Amino acid sequence: MALLTIAQETCKGCGLCADVCPKQILALSREINSKGYHPIAVTDQSKCIGCAFCARMCPDAVIKVEKE
Amino acid sequence: MAVVYEKTGILTDTPLHYCPGCTHGIIHRLVAEAIDELGIQGKTIGIAPVGCAVFAYNYFNTDMMEAAHGRAPAVATGCKRVNPDNIVFTYQGDGDLASIGAAEITHAATRGENITVIFVNNAIYGMTGGQMAPTTLPGQVTTTSPYGRDPALCGYPIRVSEMLATLDGPAYIARCSVHDVKHIMDAKKCIKKAFETQIAKKGFSMVEVLSSCPTNWGMAPREALNWLEANMIPQYPLGVKKEVE
Repeated sequence: MALLTIAQETCKGCGLCADVCPKQILALSREINSKGYHPIAVTDQSKCIGCAFCARMCPDAVIKVEKE
Repeated sequence: MAVVYEKTGILTDTPLHYCPGCTHGIIHRLVAEAIDELGIQGKTIGIAPVGCAVFAYNYFNTDMMEAAHGRAPAVATGCKRVNPDNIVFTYQGDGDLASIGAAEITHAATRGENITVIFVNNAIYGMTGGQMAPTTLPGQVTTTSPYGRDPALCGYPIRVSEMLATLDGPAYIARCSVHDVKHIMDAKKCIKKAFETQIAKKGFSMVEVLSSCPTNWGMAPREALNWLEANMIPQYPLGVKKEVE
């Protein structure tokens, strides 16, 4: 079981994390943050394997990855 | 739950001003993680350039200084000579380092100044609106080469790492890329190695990192990284160009 915590206010919605996710469980949210971007969101947390590819790819360091 | 990955405390909480998908953020993070892992935060001095990374002093939780355009290696030289026990790095783009700062970087390298240079090469002037840089690829369209860079008219791009590796002064020179996770991990190893070179007082170290500019290349972030991999890496081969044991 792994958990992603995303700082949605500082996410710029570039989507680079979604491209490198091996489980394809990241997608842009329908919400809009205060900067006007659609931040990234997890579509199915239960499938996350905690590889942290998304966090290593993120230019704005918005993703924290935890694993049991 | 154990933390697998989180933002290092060497980066401040100030939101980065870079465009969405710009790899400056990744490279900032790699430099910060290297400083964190080496435990040198308290004695590190960073020199910020002119260019997109001009606000780098807002983002690093270390002492930072701002240099005039291209002059970061000269400022770093003074800084390091006055404070030889401090770790001094510069963070420069290709417009800053390869164009107006070509003299400073060449002479700092040939003097073997014991500093670390992080050179971010995205083959274009980003901040000023996407003009042709010394590193722009042949045929690449920019605002000042709207039909593509013509080498007959504008010459060929400079391979800075290879050029500096011919000098006797530098101790470590490598070129990396950040277009995928594997290369990001490799780039971090190179940046850490560059700082270790300085700590061991071996002399000048530089890591060139190939980067993208989605806004001025006119591409989506992932498309820009694919373009980097397909076009920039053949022109600028990755690898360690010089290493003194």
